[in-house]
Amino acid sequence: MGCSSSSTKINSAKNALKAALVIQNWYRGYRARLKARQHYALTIFQSIEYADEQGQMQLSNFFSFMLENYRKIQNDDPAIVTRLLETNLQDSQNKHAYMGLIEVPDSYDGPRLKFPLTFTDIDLLLKAFQQQQILHAYYVLEVLFEAKKVLKQMPNFTHIQTSPYKEITVCGDLHGKLEDLLLIFYKNGLPSVNNQYVFNGDFVDRGKNSTEILMILLVSFLVYPNELHLNRGNHEDFMMNLRYGFTREILQKYKLHGKKILKSVEEIYTWLPIGTIIDNEILIIHGGISESTDLNLLHQIQRNKMKSVLMPPVSNREFDSSLKNKASSSSATPGTSEDSSSEQLTKHEWEQIVDLLWSDPKGRKGCYPNTSRGGGCYFGPDITAKILNKNQLKMIIRSHECKPDGYDICHDGKVITIFSASNYYDEGSNRGAYIKLCYNTAPRFFQYQVTTTSCLNPLHQRVATMENRAIKILKERMISQKTDLINAFQLRDHSKTGKISLAQWAFSMESVLELKLPWRSLRSHLVKTDSDGNVDYMSSFQDVHIERPMEEATSPLVETLYRYRSDLNIIFNIMDSDHSGLISMEEFRTMWKLFTYHYNVQIDDSQFDEVINKMDVNKDGSIDFNEFFMAFHVVHKYDKNATDITLPN
Amino acid sequence: AIVADFHKKIKDAFEVFDHESNNTVDVREIGTIIRSLGCCPTEGELHDLIAEVEEEEPTGFIRYEKFLPVMTKVLLERKYRPIPEDVLLRAFEVLDTAKHGFLTKEELIKYMTEEGEPFSQEEMEEMLSAAIDPESNSINYKEYITMMVIDEN
Repeated sequence: MGCSSSSTKINSAKNALKAALVIQNWYRGYRARLKARQHYALTIFQSIEYADEQGQMQLSNFFSFMLENYRKIQNDDPAIVTRLLETNLQDSQNKHAYMGLIEVPDSYDGPRLKFPLTFTDIDLLLKAFQQQQILHAYYVLEVLFEAKKVLKQMPNFTHIQTSPYKEITVCGDLHGKLEDLLLIFYKNGLPSVNNQYVFNGDFVDRGKNSTEILMILLVSFLVYPNELHLNRGNHEDFMMNLRYGFTREILQKYKLHGKKILKSVEEIYTWLPIGTIIDNEILIIHGGISESTDLNLLHQIQRNKMKSVLMPPVSNREFDSSLKNKASSSSATPGTSEDSSSEQLTKHEWEQIVDLLWSDPKGRKGCYPNTSRGGGCYFGPDITAKILNKNQLKMIIRSHECKPDGYDICHDGKVITIFSASNYYDEGSNRGAYIKLCYNTAPRFFQYQVTTTSCLNPLHQRVATMENRAIKILKERMISQKTDLINAFQLRDHSKTGKISLAQWAFSMESVLELKLPWRSLRSHLVKTDSDGNVDYMSSFQDVHIERPMEEATSPLVETLYRYRSDLNIIFNIMDSDHSGLISMEEFRTMWKLFTYHYNVQIDDSQFDEVINKMDVNKDGSIDFNEFFMAFHVVHKYDKNATDITLPN
Repeated sequence: AIVADFHKKIKDAFEVFDHESNNTVDVREIGTIIRSLGCCPTEGELHDLIAEVEEEEPTGFIRYEKFLPVMTKVLLERKYRPIPEDVLLRAFEVLDTAKHGFLTKEELIKYMTEEGEPFSQEEMEEMLSAAIDPESNSINYKEYITMMVIDEN
């Protein structure tokens, strides 16, 4: 009896072991497949993000093209050129002239700042923003005015020293995500004399609290100018803001004074320092470096001439002298206009800054143009070593790229990426992190993730949500190039069966959409296949279409307008210098002609005219272009919230 | 033709994790890649596979050229087949000594973190968040399995 009970015990122990193994094995397989799906979704988000950035660069080429030919376009300067040529019309030392007649009504129950600012104001703002209050435009402008005064005094690179008693915390991209900033302050303490911070760019765009983040950072900077350091990122750029959401946020929150605020913000951007250097060893910049990065030159250049990273210097003397005329005629006090030889940076200088703000490190040696983003370069470990050695530096800390764990180390420990916006692409997509640096100690990393619910959804639900969103965005991409895709498919469909092989389908998708994605793995989400494994290529378009606001709009036109809606929206926003939301039909037509020429779009002009005439509902010769573009959106047939995810900003 | 098809599948799965586009992936992602191709090796078997595809002097990266033949063979030989639903169900039933039809949270944790190839804390937490019914603090394993199977398809 004793023997059999112990052998029963052994048997049951063995069985439990086996059973546990089975379950663990199964679960790990299941979990890995979830992780792979999550990865695919992230890849989709990232490819599209970078493709959009590339589109942004293309847009800048278009502006250059226009600026270089402006006299030939129209007899007078078109509105767009005027807008781009405008320099600091409010370069006023006089605060009252600057603030105008804005008053804060007694009924305003939001936070009231007291200048000179103290730490109580930082606290006040944090509490107010946590309760979703909006800071009055008066205070916003006041903060911007004061911050600009201080920023102007700062060199291009802030030099700081750590000590055994003073740690420095470095944070990466925040992108308007207030919860992340609040979480960092909660975990790591508010900025103070003993708690130094470096914020490495990209404070704004994408998230819905860009304004609040910018205010908190600038106010903290005004209270602790020697302890709170700000670096410019590629999104501290008015043209990026037009596409990626900050401009829209400001105009929505500040209906009356938004335009004024935007102009101020534009200016503040140009005065933000380019980078920070710690202990003469660590270089902190937003993007990266290139093989020609010349820190000596970068220390000297006049950084405020970098209006937008996307407006390269125009090699046109007429244009340049026109800029100078505008600058000298509008400066309120003598000595404020630039007395150097040009209002622009040289091409070389401009490229130096673009490299610092847009480049990405890669494993491959050498330095190559950054083809995903369209700006800056890819730099390899050899480039890092070379530049670090040349400048007697030990390490680069940069941001600019979303990393699943909030940070990443590469190039043999010499390059650290730090990214502080958790859930950047979608809930659960990534963690955020910050670094703490102390004298003579290895950097320490702290990670976090904001959750809107008190406990996170189970993994499979998060993955499913993210996957659905990614597929939706991808489908919208596909529909915006439907005609080109169908042409590519039909080219390979010799027997006109409506079907092609999987390999042909994958190849067509990649070459038309120009997105490097695992098409075979994504196939099941995008298209139907038959039992032989052949793809029914038209099935992708069955449940998605672009809303056609009027009969006159033919498919190619609708597609083109939908596909380029972000670009066109930006161009028109820039043309609309008084932010009225309206532009004249004439301007619209002229711009459309230029656009189709530059982007090589084949659309019949008469067709376009018909559509335009229909859109002029008031028959007053002007078009509300926001409504115009909203009219062209994608409808997902089986979607409960049938809205276009990627509406233009 | 089957081999060509396997090659394409393996290439796609590999490329997603090839962040540098230089035909290498981090060795820590190999398990995910292999499992995403439908195989279910145990941790021990995974270790052996990694040893096969690693460089002589491990670099922390696995090259595609080494991975492809090994993985093709795995797929051709139909090795590490996934666990069928009924086997999984029986495994739960074995652990459910009292034959309640469910396991308590404590029992699940105990088995998963103490027996077999124990779960890491992260793995355990993830499984619990989906499997445990917060009201009863237990897992109705039959329902759980059904739900997982539906989700996968």
